[in-house]
Amino acid sequence: MRTRNTRRGMAVAATLVSAGLVLAGCGGSDSEGGSDKAGGTSPGEGKAECAQLTQFGDLSGKDVTVYTSIVAPEDKPHIDSWKVFEDCTGADVKYEGSKEFETQLQVRVQSGNPPDIAYIPQPGLLQTLVGTGKVVEAPSTVSDNVDKWFGEDWRSYGSVDGKLYAAPLGANVKSFVWYSPKMFADNGWEIPTTWDDMLALSDKIAATGIKPWCAGIESGEATGWPATDWLEDVLLRSVGPDVYDQWVAHEIPFNDPQVVESLDNVGAILKNDKYVNGGIGDVSSIATTAFQDGGLPILDGKCALHRQASFYAANWPEGTDVSENGDVFAFYLPPMGDEFGSPVLGGGEFVAAFSDAPEVQAFQTYLSSDQWANEKAKATPNGGWVSANTGLDIANLASPVDQLSGEILQNPDAVFRFDGSDMMPGAVGAGSFWKEMTNWITGESTQDALDNIEKSWP
Amino acid sequence: MTTAIPDEKGVEAVVAQEPVTATAKRALSSPWASLAAIVIAVLWTIPTFGLLVTSFRPESAITTSGWWTAAWNGGWTLDNYDQVLNGSDTNLGTYFINSMVITIPSVLIPISIAVMAAYAFAWMKFPGRDFLFVAIFALQIVPIQVTMIPLLTLYNKAGVTGPDSFGGGFYTIWLSHSIFALPLAIYLLHNFMSQIPGELIESARVDGAAHVQIFTRIMLPLMAPAIAAFGIFQFLWVWNDLLVALVFGGGSLEVSPLTVRLAELSGTRGNDWFLLSAGAFVSLIVPLIVFLSLQRYFVRGLLAGSVKG
Repeated sequence: MRTRNTRRGMAVAATLVSAGLVLAGCGGSDSEGGSDKAGGTSPGEGKAECAQLTQFGDLSGKDVTVYTSIVAPEDKPHIDSWKVFEDCTGADVKYEGSKEFETQLQVRVQSGNPPDIAYIPQPGLLQTLVGTGKVVEAPSTVSDNVDKWFGEDWRSYGSVDGKLYAAPLGANVKSFVWYSPKMFADNGWEIPTTWDDMLALSDKIAATGIKPWCAGIESGEATGWPATDWLEDVLLRSVGPDVYDQWVAHEIPFNDPQVVESLDNVGAILKNDKYVNGGIGDVSSIATTAFQDGGLPILDGKCALHRQASFYAANWPEGTDVSENGDVFAFYLPPMGDEFGSPVLGGGEFVAAFSDAPEVQAFQTYLSSDQWANEKAKATPNGGWVSANTGLDIANLASPVDQLSGEILQNPDAVFRFDGSDMMPGAVGAGSFWKEMTNWITGESTQDALDNIEKSWP
Repeated sequence: MTTAIPDEKGVEAVVAQEPVTATAKRALSSPWASLAAIVIAVLWTIPTFGLLVTSFRPESAITTSGWWTAAWNGGWTLDNYDQVLNGSDTNLGTYFINSMVITIPSVLIPISIAVMAAYAFAWMKFPGRDFLFVAIFALQIVPIQVTMIPLLTLYNKAGVTGPDSFGGGFYTIWLSHSIFALPLAIYLLHNFMSQIPGELIESARVDGAAHVQIFTRIMLPLMAPAIAAFGIFQFLWVWNDLLVALVFGGGSLEVSPLTVRLAELSGTRGNDWFLLSAGAFVSLIVPLIVFLSLQRYFVRGLLAGSVKG
């Protein structure tokens, strides 16, 4: 309730503020437009690695502020990866990260103090921000880079009404099942390549007395999100990307019979007493186990399979060997049939700009290039980062899981779809969807859960 | 505990005169009441104790077992404290100093303004006094979240935000904390001040004292407990504040207090949450010192508001 009141308060405030801004804007002289280039000779002139950046001229002494949701220690590789840009242009990039990014960014945009660049993790948020009119359309250099290095699907996630606003940056793959290669080898289990194989393997493991699956969906106020990924992954596999897109855009109802069937398929695993919750408890313990802890029983041999995104790699305790023959690794969540290729569910960040100054556009250009993707990969020695940029050399990625993710993202057969809950309206994607999935785990029927979400769609 | 002895004698002297207090004292010091007090105290302290134990356990032990198994499970380590103190690109000392730089002016500014305003409302007669006082009192019910965007917009237009501005970006945080604290501060101090016997002021006037002298010579010394009590309130509030610092500091690391670092301690995806227990104890030290050293004022200030005479 409190958030709702706050939001309403903010909305009222924002209305007043924007009225004030409009009035204030009448008096000011407009100096926008045509500020593509700065004068002078770029410090990077003549250096091979600066080829794309010298066109913006000498940017010495200029600052670019970057605001992201990425905080220490993951921010270090980002800052390191900008060195080439700073050397080539002379501009200085200032980093700010905050876990309250999503709220704070909107506050700063509404009050007229936006950062130059923001890394936006959800297409839904990008649409909201573009709606405020403060986001600057991506320059042609960025647009060209995106066309060259990213797939059409990624371009569309950074676009609003057909205009490209934000180039894709990093990516993560959510269609992964974590397992223990050692445990599999000891028991003679094979990595399943079809959905039915996976269920057969689950039965086989269950017969040995181990509950094959473990899961945890508790995540503070976002409790329930890992279960939404489950549904999205299964839906994408059973009905295909086209119906999935319609479902995300609400062209078919949220509680469409196909969705009900998919959620029942999820329930066949997550609500099956024989399958869950390995090493933790019964079915309802899924709702109370922190998502960070959900897969840890694999290390003790009390659980065999845990479906979670590539970024779960960071949750294994220090000293865990995360590789193909190590303590833990991940395999691609198998498809349910051949007709839809290899569907991949994932997420990523996008670079939105609130200024059209030359140093900002130069930085956007750098971030959308293959050059940055490779620099970033080299600057991330501990792994935990990957991009859908096709110019990224997979050999530069540090960890085996990142390499696997990179291969999946660059696989031409892969059908990538963005995490649907990130694209739905906030009331659903960051509200009822999470809550009802949690209720569903703790006993609500599939039909009731989906009906309730459908009712809450604004 | 030598200082406690004269106090106890004093209490007993009072008890001898007032049988009601004596009954209360006997009831409260009965073995059952003591037992109940101990049970409540233990129950109340268990979570904090668990947090303390957790802060010394290694990551793998924290994530796989409860703190009550610590004695025989997992061993002990100082790694968590090491990571909290040295684990970020900015030294924790910077945040600590930022917290100080934010907190001290944010306590002093509202108190100095509020004491003077309270004096004016309590002892000076001017047209519209009651209306103004009610207006200030009413401001307390405005939730601070509502004011944030308009206030930040004003700051942005006035050009006082950002690291290049006056006060290095701290100015907006100080000002905001002062704004949010003033209604309650004026109200509290006014109530306290208006209970000071009018004869004191009148006799001072007879002796030829003007407002300034009455304020500095009579009021300020008498107000010390109330000022200290409010000071502790305000100190703890500002020290523990995250929202105001985040919104008005603009998230810039150069002006971020300890709470901002604490909020980000668990990492981008919350995978370092085991550090939070150690972080909590690091940030707890200063408020604890302040509270313990000013505690006697705190209790006196609370009582002073309620008992006449």
